[in-house]
Amino acid sequence: MDPLGRPRSPASQAARGSRWADRNFYLLALLAALTILGLIALVGWELYRGCHLALAKFGPAFLANSSWDPVSDVYGALPFIFGTLVSSLIALIIAVPLGVATALFLTEMAPQAIRQPVITVIEMLAAVPSVIFGLWGIFVLIPWLRDHLFPWLHSTLGFLPFFSGPIYGVSMLAGGIIVAIMILPIITSVSREIIRSVPNLQREAAYALGSTHWEVIRIAVLSYAHRGIFGAAVLGLGRALGETMAVTMVIGNRPEISASLFAPGYTLASVIANEFTEATSDLYLSALFELGLVLLGITLIVNVIAQLMLRTFSGSSTGKT
Amino acid sequence: MNKLSSLPAIAACLLALSAPAVNTASAQLLINGAGATFPQPIYTKWFSEYAKVDPSVRFNYQGIGSGGGQKQILSETVDFGASDGPMSDANLATAPRKLWHIPTVAGAVVISYNLPGNPHLHLDGPTLAAIYLGKVTKWNDPAIAGQNPGISLPAQDILVVHRSDGSGTSYIFTDYLSSVSSEWASKVGKNTAVQWPTGLGGKGNAGVAGQVKQASGAIGYVELAYARQNGLPYADMRNSSGVYVSPSIESVVAALASASIPEDFRFSMVNSPGEKAYPIAGATWLLVYAQQKDSVKGQKLVAFLKWAFTEGEKLAASLDYAPLPGSVQARVLERINSITF
Repeated sequence: MDPLGRPRSPASQAARGSRWADRNFYLLALLAALTILGLIALVGWELYRGCHLALAKFGPAFLANSSWDPVSDVYGALPFIFGTLVSSLIALIIAVPLGVATALFLTEMAPQAIRQPVITVIEMLAAVPSVIFGLWGIFVLIPWLRDHLFPWLHSTLGFLPFFSGPIYGVSMLAGGIIVAIMILPIITSVSREIIRSVPNLQREAAYALGSTHWEVIRIAVLSYAHRGIFGAAVLGLGRALGETMAVTMVIGNRPEISASLFAPGYTLASVIANEFTEATSDLYLSALFELGLVLLGITLIVNVIAQLMLRTFSGSSTGKT
Repeated sequence: MNKLSSLPAIAACLLALSAPAVNTASAQLLINGAGATFPQPIYTKWFSEYAKVDPSVRFNYQGIGSGGGQKQILSETVDFGASDGPMSDANLATAPRKLWHIPTVAGAVVISYNLPGNPHLHLDGPTLAAIYLGKVTKWNDPAIAGQNPGISLPAQDILVVHRSDGSGTSYIFTDYLSSVSSEWASKVGKNTAVQWPTGLGGKGNAGVAGQVKQASGAIGYVELAYARQNGLPYADMRNSSGVYVSPSIESVVAALASASIPEDFRFSMVNSPGEKAYPIAGATWLLVYAQQKDSVKGQKLVAFLKWAFTEGEKLAASLDYAPLPGSVQARVLERINSITF
C-alpha cells in the first residue's frame, strides 16, 4: 500500500516513477494542510501573547463585563460578543432562505436563458468590496430603512420587544441586513453546486411516483442536499462573524445590549478596526487583542457546533434515504 | 546563432539603462516616519515640496494612527513618529532616550448639525457637554434657545453623533468638554476613544457627517477642513472670554498664540484665553529623539525640520491647517537646533 492507500501496481519503471510522484504529492499536500493549521495556531499564539496584560488584569470577567472605557482603562467584551452573534444570526435568517430559494430556482426552475445572467450577477455581488457596501448602506439603505421598512415593522410588529424603541436607521438590524447581502453569494453558489450534484435519478424516481414539482424538490432534492446546504450556511456564518467594514458603517457602534433590533450595536471585528490605530495605552491595546482572541474563539466554537449538528443530521438522514 | 549573438548587446543596453537608476537610488537617503492621519495631507505636501529643495533625501510616511506612531518611535523602528495627542507620562517614560514633542500645525473641531433651514447657531461649552451627556435632549431646551435669540428652534429630539473610531478629533473634542464641564471630566474624561454616555458612532469624519446630514435633529463634531470642503453648517462657540467665535484658521492661530505652552511642548490649546480664540482646537506633533543615532539621517532630518518651520508652515493654510504663530515657531526652531547627531 502506498500512502494514499492504493494497492501497489506492477513494478515497472514507469510505475516506480509515478509512485515517487505520488509520494511527493502526498508530502506536498500534507505540508499545505499543516501550513494552514500552523497559521491558525500562530494567529492564536500571537493574540494570546498580545493580550496577556488584559488577561492578567480582568481574567474571565472580561467576557461578562459590559463596560468599555479607555479613559479609566476598564474593558469588557460582552456587548461586542452580543453584537457579533446577533448581527450574524440576523444575516443568516435573511440570507439562508433567500440563497437556497435562489439556488433552487436556478437549478430546478429557471429557463436556461436567464440562468447564466443571474449567476453572473450573484457572483459579481461577491466581488463588491466591503467598504462599497458600507457606503451604499449609509447613503441608500439606511435612509430607506429609517423612513419605510422600520416604521412599518414598528407599527405592525411593535408589540414584540425586537421592533420597539426609537428608530435611528443605523442599527443592529441594518448591520444584519448588510451582512446578509454580503454572504448571500457564497450561500447561493455553494447551495447551487450541492443541488446540481443531486443525481437526476432521484428526481426521475420521484416524478415516477407521481410527485408534483414542489414534492420532487422537497423529497428528492432538498432531503438529499440538506447536509450540503447546512454546510453552505456555516460557510456564510463564518464570513458574517468576521465582517468588519460594512458593518461598522451601519451598525451605530454603541457597545450596548438592547432587545430592540432598531437600537445601535457593536461587533468585535468593528471595535478592533475602529480603535486599534489610535490606542496608546498598553492595557487598551491588550484588551483589543483579547477581543481578537474572543472572536477567534467564537468562530472556532461556532464551527465545532456546526460540525456536531451536521453529524447528528447525517445520522438521522441515512435512515430516511 | 543570431539570437545568441545579440544577447550581450541586449545585456549591455539593460545595464546602461539601469545604471543611472541604481546610482540615484543608492544616493537617496530614505527617512521613515509613521503616525497620525490627521496631519498626513500637510506632511505629504511638505515631503513633495522638500524633494525639490533637497533631492538627495526621500521621506516615507505611513499614516497608521497616533497609537502606532508612538509605539514605533519608542521601539525606534522609524526615524520620527507623529501623534495627534501628546504622549502620556507613562509612555514617555519608556523612551530609551530623550524624546522631543515638536508641534507642527493645529486644527479645529467644529460642531455641525442638521436643523430645518440650518440656522447659524451659537453654543457654549457647558451646553455642548450637557448635550453629549444626554442631559439636554431637545433642541428648544432653554439652554440652547437662550443663546440663540431670534431663532425658532423645533421641539425635536437631539440625535447625538460621535466618532466610533479612535481619533485625534475625538481627543480634542473630549479634551474641550473635560475643560468646560467638571461632570464630563469625572464621568467620561478625555481620550482618542471614550465611553460615550449617549449617541451613535460614525466611522471617520465622513461617517459622522453622513449621519448628521441624513437625520434631522442630529448634532456631531468634525474637523474644520472636512466641514469646509463639504459645505456643512457649523456653530460659533463661546470662548473663555465670553465671545462667540466662528471656527477659522485665524481663530485657531489666535488660540495657539494665547495658549500657554510649556517647555516640553506637550500642551492643550482647548479653551485658550483671548477674545479671538476658537475654543475647540488642538495641535499635532512630530516625535523626534533629541540625540539622533544615525548622524547622516539626523542631519538631513534636522535640515528638513528647519525648512518645514520656515517655508513649510506657509503651505498650511492652503490645506485648512492653522500654522504656528511666529512666537511659537521661534521656540520650536530653537528646539530643533538643539538636536544632536
